[in-house]
This record gives sequence, C-alpha cells and structure tokens, in this order.
Amino acid sequence: MQLTLWTYEGPPHVGAMRIATAMRDVHYVLHAPQGDTYADLLFTMIERLPRRPPVTYTTFQARDLGGDTAELFKDAARQAIERFKPAAMLVGSSCTAELIQDDPGGLAHALKLDIPVIPLELPSYQRKENWGASETFYQLCRHLVLKPEEKTAKSRPSCNILGPSALGFRHRDDVKEITQLLNKLGVDINVVAPLEATVADIRKLADADFNVVLYPEIGMSTALWLLRQFDQPHTKTVPLGSNATQDFIREVCALAGIEVPAIEEMTARARWYAQSVDSTYLTGKRVYLFGDATHVVSAARIASEEMGFEVVGLGTYSREFAREVRDCAKKYGVEALITDDYLEVEAQITELHPELILGTQMERHIAKRHGIPCAVISAPVHVQDFPARYAPQMGLEGANVLFDTWVHPLMMGLEEHLLGMFKQDFEFHEGASPSHLGSARPAEIIVEQAVTQKEASNQATWSVEAEKELGKIPFFVRGKARRNTEKYALDQGVATITVDTLYDAKAHYSR
Amino acid sequence: MSPVIPIRAETTTGCTDVTPLVQRGQREVFCGLTGIIWLHRKIQDAFFLVVGSRTCAHLIQSAAGVMIFAEPRFGTAIIDERDLAGLADVHEELDRVVHQLLNRRPDIRMLFLVGSCPSEVIKLDLSRAAQRLNQIHHPAVRVLNYSGSGIETTFTQGEDACLAALVPGLPSMNPQVPSQTKPQLMVVGTLADVVEDQLRHLLEQMNITVNFFPPRNSQKMPAVGANTRFLLAQPFLADTARALQDRGAQHLPATFPLGIEGTTSWLQAAAQEFGVSPLLFEKVTAAPKQRAEKALAVHRQMLDGKRIFFFPDSQLEIPLARFLNREMNMDLVEVGTPYLHRQHMAAELALLPTGTRISEGQDVDLQLDRCVEDKPDMVVCGLGLANPLEAQGMTTKWAIELVFTPIQGYEQAADLAGLFSRPLRRREKLAA
Repeated sequence: MQLTLWTYEGPPHVGAMRIATAMRDVHYVLHAPQGDTYADLLFTMIERLPRRPPVTYTTFQARDLGGDTAELFKDAARQAIERFKPAAMLVGSSCTAELIQDDPGGLAHALKLDIPVIPLELPSYQRKENWGASETFYQLCRHLVLKPEEKTAKSRPSCNILGPSALGFRHRDDVKEITQLLNKLGVDINVVAPLEATVADIRKLADADFNVVLYPEIGMSTALWLLRQFDQPHTKTVPLGSNATQDFIREVCALAGIEVPAIEEMTARARWYAQSVDSTYLTGKRVYLFGDATHVVSAARIASEEMGFEVVGLGTYSREFAREVRDCAKKYGVEALITDDYLEVEAQITELHPELILGTQMERHIAKRHGIPCAVISAPVHVQDFPARYAPQMGLEGANVLFDTWVHPLMMGLEEHLLGMFKQDFEFHEGASPSHLGSARPAEIIVEQAVTQKEASNQATWSVEAEKELGKIPFFVRGKARRNTEKYALDQGVATITVDTLYDAKAHYSR
Repeated sequence: MSPVIPIRAETTTGCTDVTPLVQRGQREVFCGLTGIIWLHRKIQDAFFLVVGSRTCAHLIQSAAGVMIFAEPRFGTAIIDERDLAGLADVHEELDRVVHQLLNRRPDIRMLFLVGSCPSEVIKLDLSRAAQRLNQIHHPAVRVLNYSGSGIETTFTQGEDACLAALVPGLPSMNPQVPSQTKPQLMVVGTLADVVEDQLRHLLEQMNITVNFFPPRNSQKMPAVGANTRFLLAQPFLADTARALQDRGAQHLPATFPLGIEGTTSWLQAAAQEFGVSPLLFEKVTAAPKQRAEKALAVHRQMLDGKRIFFFPDSQLEIPLARFLNREMNMDLVEVGTPYLHRQHMAAELALLPTGTRISEGQDVDLQLDRCVEDKPDMVVCGLGLANPLEAQGMTTKWAIELVFTPIQGYEQAADLAGLFSRPLRRREKLAA
C-alpha cells in the first residue's frame, strides 16, 4: 500500500482510452464499476473535446456482483457495436473488474463479431497510464498492420509520426510543428498515429520509409515492433529544444537519404533571446526537473546548453525509461530520482532548494508550498495546459514557447538586483511575489523556514547575528545558503554559526 | 405586493404516485468518492484517506487538482499487487500509511478511511481498521470509515455515507443540561457557510435555536437525542436520516429549501413543530420573500416557457425541477434522478405537474436518444456529456455546479435561477 497525495499517472485503462479517443473509428468496451466514467471528463473538460470518448462502460453496481457480470459485459459489447459501428474494438477491464476476473477478451471472442477485436491485458495494480497507452497502441498495430505491397518508387521519402495521443501534453501543436518541419525538409507524412488515425491508416503503417517517434512513452514499443517486422528504422532524437531539433533534422535526413539543409539558418528565436544581455542573470540559476522521461531528458539539455541554468536535480515517474534518465543525470553530475511517489519528489526539492522547478502539475503543488517559481514541462497537466493558442514544445517554435514559459515565473533582473540591495521597501519586499506576476506570494515560505530552523537545532546553532546576516541573502538562494552553512559547520565541527562561519561557508562553496 | 406563492394552483396530487421510467445500462455518473471535494472544505480539520486503486486517486485529483494545494486534505492509500497477493498484511500496511500521514499532518483531528470499489470487492474491513486505528491515535485523532465506492454510492450519496458514519459518534443529549431538555432543531446536509448563517438568522428570529450537521469543525459536533428534530437541507441523505432516527431524532418532512416556495415550506415545517405563531413567521419571512421575488423576476423572463431535461446526477433534480417549473414557469421534459427516495421526496413529488416524465437510474445512450428527440431548450447533465451536447447545438447546464454553489434559501433563489438563465443568455450573446 502506498500513501499517495497526488498520482503522476492514471491507471492503465486511461492510457487505453487515450488511444481509443485519439483515433477516429475505434471503440473501447471497458468492464468497470459505476463511477469510472469520470474519465470521460478528462477528454471533454481538460482537453475540451466536443464529442464523447468512444468508450462504453459496463458500470456494474454492487447488486450486479451477485449476478452475471459477464453477461452484462457481453450485452454492452453487442450494443456498442450496433450503435457506434466501429471499424475495430478494444475490450478490457478497469482495476475493479480485474478483481472479478470476467475475461473480456474471451467473452468478446465468443460473440464472434465481424470486426477486429483487440483484447487488452492491462495489469492495473502494477502498471500505469503511459504503459497502458503504449501497450494498447502496440496491440492495435500488431492486430491491424498489413504487410506492405511491393513498394513503388516515390518522388519523396515518407514517414509515420508515432506517439501523439488524446490528453497528451501539447501533442496537437507538436504534430503540426513537426509535420511542417518534415514537409519543409522534403519528407511526406504517411500516417500520424494514433492521433486522428483510422483503422485503415493503421493498416498501412508499414508503407512508410521510416518512423518518427515523438513520444517514446507511447510510441516506442510499436516503433521497435515495426523495426523487427518490416525493417522500418525510427528516429531516436526527440526534437525538443533548438539543439535537439537540429540533431533531429540531421537524423531525419540520414534516414530519408536526403541532403542536410543549411542547418545554421534553422534556429529558434529563443537562441538569440538567451544570448541577449537581458538573460545574463539566468546564468547558473539552480533548476530542478521532474516529469515523464522524454520531457525531462530534453528539458535538462535545454536548461543546461540553451539557457545556461545549473541542473541541480532531476527525476522521472516513467520507470520504463529509468535507464535513459539515469544516463542523462550523470551528464549533470546528479543522481536521478526514479519514483512515482510525490512525497519523495517533495523531499528532494526541499533538500535541494532550487530556484526554479520545471515539472508537472504536481510539482506546482510543491512549488506553492515552498514558494519556488515553477513552470510545467510535462504531463500530468490540467486544463490551462491545453491552451487555445498555438503552443508547441517541439521544433523551433517550441523552443520559443519554452523560453517564454520558463523565464516567466522568475523574478526579473532589475527587481532581483534592487531586492538584494534594499530589503525594507514596503511594496517590493521578499515576502511579495515578483511584481510582474501581480498576485501575492504565499505565506508558506515562512512555514518552511520554521521547519528548517527546527531541523538545524540538531546540529550547529545559529547566533542571532548570523541569522540576521542570513536574512540579507536574497530569498531564492537563502535556503541553499542556510544548508551550505550548516553543512560546512558540521564538517568543520563548528558548534555555533557566526557571521564569520556564514562567510567562510560562502567562500568555501564558491567556485 | 405581488403574490409570492403559489404561482400555479395545483389541485391534483402531482406526481405522488408516479411510476418512474427505469432503465438499466451504462450510468454516466460519479461515484461517492467525489463528495470528498466539498466535504474536505466543510470540515476543515478532517482528512479523507481513500483506500483504493490508482483509479480512485486519479478521479479525485482530476476533479480537484486544478486547484494548487500547499496542503491537500485528501489522499489515497493505493492498494498494490503485494496487498492483493496476500504478501503484505493489508491491515499492517494501512496502519503504516496512516502513521505516515498523521506524522506529516499533525493538525488533523479527524480521519476518514473511505472505502472504494477495489477495497470492497476484496472485502477489506475498513470499519475494523478504523476501530483499531482509533484506539492507537485516540484522543488526538478520531478515525472513522464510510464507503464512497461506485458500486455502492452515486455522487452525493458519498456525503450521505460520510454523515451517517458520524452519527453514532455524536454526543447524546444531556437531560441535566437545561437547554437540552426541550426540543432542538438540527439542519442536516452540507450547506455553504453563507447559507448556514442566513438560515440560522431566520430561525433564530423565530426563537428557534439550531445546530448544523456537519459542523465546520470536527470538534464541534452537535448533540442528538429524543429531543432532536431534524430538517434535511439536502435530498440525498437517506442513510443519515435513518441513523439519526435510530438515535431517537425525529425527521420533519418538508420540501427542500430551494426557491421561495421550497424555503418557505421548509421553514414552515420547523415553525410548526416549534410552535411559532403564523404572525411571527410572516413577519420574519415577508421581507426576504419579497426581495427574492423581485430578484427572480429578471430570470423568469429568460426561463419562462423553456423546456428543460434533467440527466441523473445528484438527487437534487426533483426539487430543482419543482422550483423551475413552479417559480420560473419552465416546462419539464424529463426529470432523471440516480435514486428516488419516495418518503423524503414526497412533498416535492406532490408539487410536480401530474404526468411529468420521471426517470430513475439510467441507460445513457437511450437517454441521449430521448434527449435529442425531445429537443429541450436546456439540458442539465454531467461534464462528460455537456460539451458534446453543446457541440450538437444544445444548451446545457452542468449539474455538478449545483452542488458547489450556494443555492438554498431566499437570498440565493435568484442565484439559483441565474445558474439556469446564464447558459441561455450566453448562447444569445455569442450568437449575436
């Protein structure tokens, strides 16, 4: 049993719903108790879809458990086919139905339907949403993709875009941005899947020359299978950030057998923005990253190479990609945190005292508690991160969006300088939020400091003067200064921290 | 002065003997866990720990996670494979999780262990767990349990289960205390703080002292006993009412306090029981009634003659339909309710026009067919259906908002009407 205040991923059947809902003519019959239809809201409210997700739930109740829930499932499946006339059907269980073991796959098979039926085995108590989406997409392709006919010579190379789905973080605009980029390079798109794909589209996936995997969490198993079955190679670089996009262009050109265009001209405006002197104060800002593996690995590279931040910690909830994230963390000299436990993430952030958190909706809760600026880089996200405007994360425009998004929550340069010089201003003080954000900074900062003080009492004690001096350090690095000083005092065997200890520690840690 | 009520004189018994349309199929409703979303705000020192699966955790955070919490007052103990395979002692695991939670949140005074579909299917005995944990953590924290599972409860029934779980622990009326020797009034069901204050004021002007249940703080539970007379402020409290009756309390049958008519007759039930003179009653209620009537007139223009269709959601549908029909002149196409409690709903049913199509339970696809066929001017439905119906050109009012908004009492009558007139007004504005 695990105490969970917030969960990073939903159950695996929500992943399956994301595939079914992304597609055009697939229906999903889900054996689930009354109430599990809440998942419809993810699509109709958070993503604001104007249609019901193509999901029929059996919605059994307690009184049904004494009777024949298997029959209930069969009725639901029959009626769904009759009503929605899908081209293929997914069948599976939610977590509660998994416990009553009705075997939807077998039951659907017994109905002898004349469309392809894909049974889903999604272990709800072991696996989670992204795995469910990946597995569903893979099973769907395994059941449907046809061996291509003899390939006729085409004037332009073609590829599939794999991975974008319903309820994906910025999938809609990423697909648009990358499609434009590929077309500009001279590559045609054979199929985008699962987003907006039909069963007929899936059948012809193997016709493309190669695959572009935008979201490995969802598309990689399928890409690997397509590689094994049809010798279709796939891209490994995810075009998130200016540099990664350029690498991606080179990789695509190699796979497509076309000449690499003048790549130095293909840069994002964000590159100049980051070079301009206004951004100098961003140098060495201490940033913490958490999210799905793809977005964290890419964001770490952007933070370090393109923004000049210092990555002080990173982690992911995507256990399936733990190795990639660990390798990435090594590059920045940190240990990757692989966990789906919100409380562990919070503990690490408390420990590290970053100046900026790049994370998910869940990290926003942590950031609020600690009064740390935060931007969202990965699912899970809420309604405000399905914006009306064009807001890709990928490609060159994506890099521009990322620059604006990440810098926005930070206090702007002039204000930061002035706060460091003058502490007593009645309007611009450290308890107030950055003035460009308007509203108030939460009071939690004070709570948090009280906690550190208590902890500190186990170690060296702070003299009144030193405590006062500490108060003069800008608030967003003060937590770090406190920790460093305490650590220094402990290492040096200092019992009482004085002003001198504080500055000794500062000199010790400054490099 | 314009006549306040009745707007329509009914000589029949309305829908008292109605046979609802009952269809069984897919039910597009929330489970009782959703009640946590408002209950955690009402009882501020309580924590709601769901014992369930990742689905349960996902449900609550999808509903509430758009707010950014520094300290959420709900969470989930997610059952994993080890618990199911019997590799871990589930009760030991639960104890550990509760311990972890209470260490993190020493300010919690009341902890609800909330049962879910998975915990009920595997027959995890949460009531025993609550008893055990109570012994460990008493007196700092009281541990209770109730079921919010989808298989047992629909949406607002979660509140019913929660309040019913609180009833056995309510202090008994003490015959030694002079104030408790006379009948006392208790108002049952979560109300917005502002509504509570208004209703308290009205009742106190009639010299009736009143307690509200649930209270805002878990340490201030009202006493109950043979002298307790209770009014239901919400229509979904069947089990809570039964539990209170088991403790000797007497239910005062009434309409629900929605709209002018509903509020008046709700107050009247208390006034009669406590021997308030008609003169005093009229004196106390005249001004707010008149105010409300004036405020309602604006919305009546928009709603008059419009045809409304209710999908089942919260059990508030019948009282709402009564209000919209009798005070706003709306026509009722279908009134769906997840569950029809005839006894608590008796006063309401009598006021509905005879022949109203009332449905209990749901087969959502068939109900959508009826809805499309009937072409109502307004559809009251859940968020899973609202946007899809809007996209088909229907005007919808999402039902959940009715549970999250102060709608009871005189001063809120116009706000309640406004919830229904707003989508219509918006459609007009955007079409222009």
